[in-house]
Amino acid sequence: MSDHDHRHDHSDLSETELRVRALETILTEKGYVEPAALDAIIQAYETKIGPHNGAQVVARAWSDPAFKKALLEDGTKAVSTLGHVSRVGDHLVVVENTPQRHNMVVCTLCSCYPWEVLGLPPVWYKAAPYRSRAVKDPRGVLADFGVTLPQETEIRVWDSTAETRFLVLPMRPKGTEGWSEQQLAELVTRDSMIGTGFPRTPGAPS
Amino acid sequence: MDAAAAREATKAIPGVPRDDEGPVFRAPWEAQAFAMALTLHERGLFTWSEWASALASEIKRAQAAGDPDTGETYYRHWLATLENLVAAKGVASTATLHRYRDAWDHAAERTPHGAPIELMPGDFG
Repeated sequence: MSDHDHRHDHSDLSETELRVRALETILTEKGYVEPAALDAIIQAYETKIGPHNGAQVVARAWSDPAFKKALLEDGTKAVSTLGHVSRVGDHLVVVENTPQRHNMVVCTLCSCYPWEVLGLPPVWYKAAPYRSRAVKDPRGVLADFGVTLPQETEIRVWDSTAETRFLVLPMRPKGTEGWSEQQLAELVTRDSMIGTGFPRTPGAPS
Repeated sequence: MDAAAAREATKAIPGVPRDDEGPVFRAPWEAQAFAMALTLHERGLFTWSEWASALASEIKRAQAAGDPDTGETYYRHWLATLENLVAAKGVASTATLHRYRDAWDHAAERTPHGAPIELMPGDFG
């Protein structure tokens, strides 16, 4: 089952993104940089771009039922009350994983990706084959990432639009009763907030 | 290109937002701008001291124009410095930078949401 309507039919880049792309294109054409080399540098920092914000949001939701309720009602508003995220865009929708339903997000190609909370999208995630397969065969894509869900768990694929971005609220791992928000945040991976992974298991190496 | 080069850069340039392991970024474009400067430095387009002084001038200019200088805008200054140096070194003029910026804007406009945005010759007006 997928939610694949596009109300907004073209892509959108911010002024800053346009300038960065302009520079990169010119430097590539002139032979000063190779896109692959730039990607390699950026990938080296992928965990250093934003995702701690999302992990804190998730950890708070696990610890504070009132915050969780507010978060599911209005993601943008609830996240802004935490104060450490400067901008989350207009509509951040938080979708909760339950034993009955697993959520997964696609589309990272333009400003629709909530990097403020998720960090940098992984390279594989930007690839066209992933996008189309995620919609047609989400269970197969998840299996490729080593994520196996019970057959009775419904998988819902959310396709970001220019207006609405999604953050998956993963299920709190078992064995974390009494943990502090800080401890919990360390279990939250980027992939678990995209829906292509689970949070870390308590006690497992990170 | 490795972490050592990035660490060297963060030592040579004051104010780079970082943690114990190296630079941190608030947005993907910040990392892209950082990576471009790293690559151009490696290509010998400028030295880090030259970069640091150009960046300092850019920050000073922005502060004079009312920039709050909270650290949130650090990479905006970084990007402006890249643009200035690329123009000053004769790699691409300001006019060329604008032309490419407009072309990317055009490309985004005509690209259906969810499809990769690619620059085509027709995007240059």
